[in-house]
Amino acid sequence: MTALSPSLSPPARRLPKPFSWPVLVAGLAIVAVEMTLGAQVSEYYLLLAYIILQYVVLSTGWNILGGYAGYVNFGTAGFFAVGCYTTIALEKLAAVPLPLAILAAGVVAGLIGLGTGYLTLRLRGVFFSIATLALAVVLQTLIVNWSFVGGSRGAYVMRPDAIAPFASYVQYLLVVMTVLAMVAVLAAIAIERSWIGMGLAAIRDDELAAEASGVPGLRLKLLATTLCGAFMGMAGAPFPYFITYVDPPSAFSLAIAVNAIAMPLIGGTATWWGPVLGAVLLGFTQQVLTVTISSAANLLIVGILLVVFVTVAPTGVVGITRAWRGRRA
Amino acid sequence: MANSITIEGLHAGYGAVRVLTGIDMHVASGETVALLGTNGNGKSTLIKCITGQVRPTQGRVLATIEGKPHDLVGRATQDIIGLGIAIVPEGRRLFPKLTVEENLLLGAFRAAARPRREESLAFCYEAFPRLKERRAQLAGSMSGGEQQMLAIGRSLMTLPKILLVDEPSVGLAPILVARTIDTIAEMKQRLGLTVLMAEQNFPQAIRIADRGYVLVHGRIELSADDPQSLKNSDIVRRLYLGGA
Repeated sequence: MTALSPSLSPPARRLPKPFSWPVLVAGLAIVAVEMTLGAQVSEYYLLLAYIILQYVVLSTGWNILGGYAGYVNFGTAGFFAVGCYTTIALEKLAAVPLPLAILAAGVVAGLIGLGTGYLTLRLRGVFFSIATLALAVVLQTLIVNWSFVGGSRGAYVMRPDAIAPFASYVQYLLVVMTVLAMVAVLAAIAIERSWIGMGLAAIRDDELAAEASGVPGLRLKLLATTLCGAFMGMAGAPFPYFITYVDPPSAFSLAIAVNAIAMPLIGGTATWWGPVLGAVLLGFTQQVLTVTISSAANLLIVGILLVVFVTVAPTGVVGITRAWRGRRA
Repeated sequence: MANSITIEGLHAGYGAVRVLTGIDMHVASGETVALLGTNGNGKSTLIKCITGQVRPTQGRVLATIEGKPHDLVGRATQDIIGLGIAIVPEGRRLFPKLTVEENLLLGAFRAAARPRREESLAFCYEAFPRLKERRAQLAGSMSGGEQQMLAIGRSLMTLPKILLVDEPSVGLAPILVARTIDTIAEMKQRLGLTVLMAEQNFPQAIRIADRGYVLVHGRIELSADDPQSLKNSDIVRRLYLGGA
């Protein structure tokens, strides 16, 4: 635009900074609490916190593709299992430290995410979802027939001894997962508040129109599928040490795929804190139900909650609080 | 600086259906060229060949932007937009669930436009005060006329040199059609654009056109160097006025 008149000064419109200090501080505070209390409380609470944080990573990763870009991924369990089995394969080869295994899992699952993006270039809506579901099935078949990582028999993983500042290996796992959750949330915030997030929102609304206004649709979509896959894989990497025995049905569990969709939907897919809230609420509820009723009741309750939210509050908890705040203002 | 589009021997279609055959046309720098024709004659397909949304089976699409020649065939849409060619798509194609301001900002996605987005936004709000009033509203909830303004504003946010407008009159009341056409002419004047506009509303389109092409069954039946000769042509009379 060459003919802009100089009298038009740009309006003061502040976009939030892409890096969120409060989240970093909160994450470090949680780590501090875990370090001080971790040795005193029952191990059960550490496991509970681990599971919830694992779901924070999974649902945040899912939301980058599903919430921001509008591509519903049914294959979470596949990416999660890729992370698990990357750790197992590495563990069989050499004693690799956990952070390195997590990075490796992120790379492998990220590449699979990138590949999925390429293979599903022109697939939208339900067709994309079916393709991701198929991907999980294909991956499971591969793992079942790969005897090096245990095949259908499964694989035992020995938890290493506790590492210096930590009282137990479980405490170490919990701190690692907390850091991972913090990184995932920080990445989601950075995406949400940058041009990438705007571009993904445009893709979600109308992919052709997005390209017609200069948004590089394909590149952004590939970025989203890669990041989504990478975070899901990283969430799965410490899992073998957590349960010490992994077989395909537990790594490719239906509960993981369903939860990764249910949590962001219940929390709200529009912002980063929707999936976090959903993971904490639903993860906690499920653990309480497992203890008080039975583990089989879990998925049933998740299903009912999902139906209720999709029909009554399709924008999730985030949407409800926004509407409520809007009414009071 | 010269900004023009040249199309040579263009053929295009969808699968086995041939839509365009042997199109030759030229839009010179600073011109407003109208691409006329009734529904289903290939106007939109021709526009989509320029933006890379339809790949021609034969022929060349060349654009000159600020004196530099570019071959557009085979390029991705976002790269063509990135050169400085903007499109106001048929049916507007806004992002209905994003706000007016978000829609506008998305227009400034290309690297060259991004640093100047606040400036461009101020320009759009000055040119379309209505959009400023509705900046926080969802685009899908606005009236047709306002949506058309937003679509034009969004295309201007890319800081284009060449503006392609596909059927701006679709779905608008007659008075809004006239206003939209006036807006296009005004923006062209203010920003020094080169404009190619596909339109079936003949009387409205030739009000602002310097030249025109009439497309019939995928061929250019008439190429007129001034609006007056378009008005007097037999083809136009037959197509639009029902004369024998």
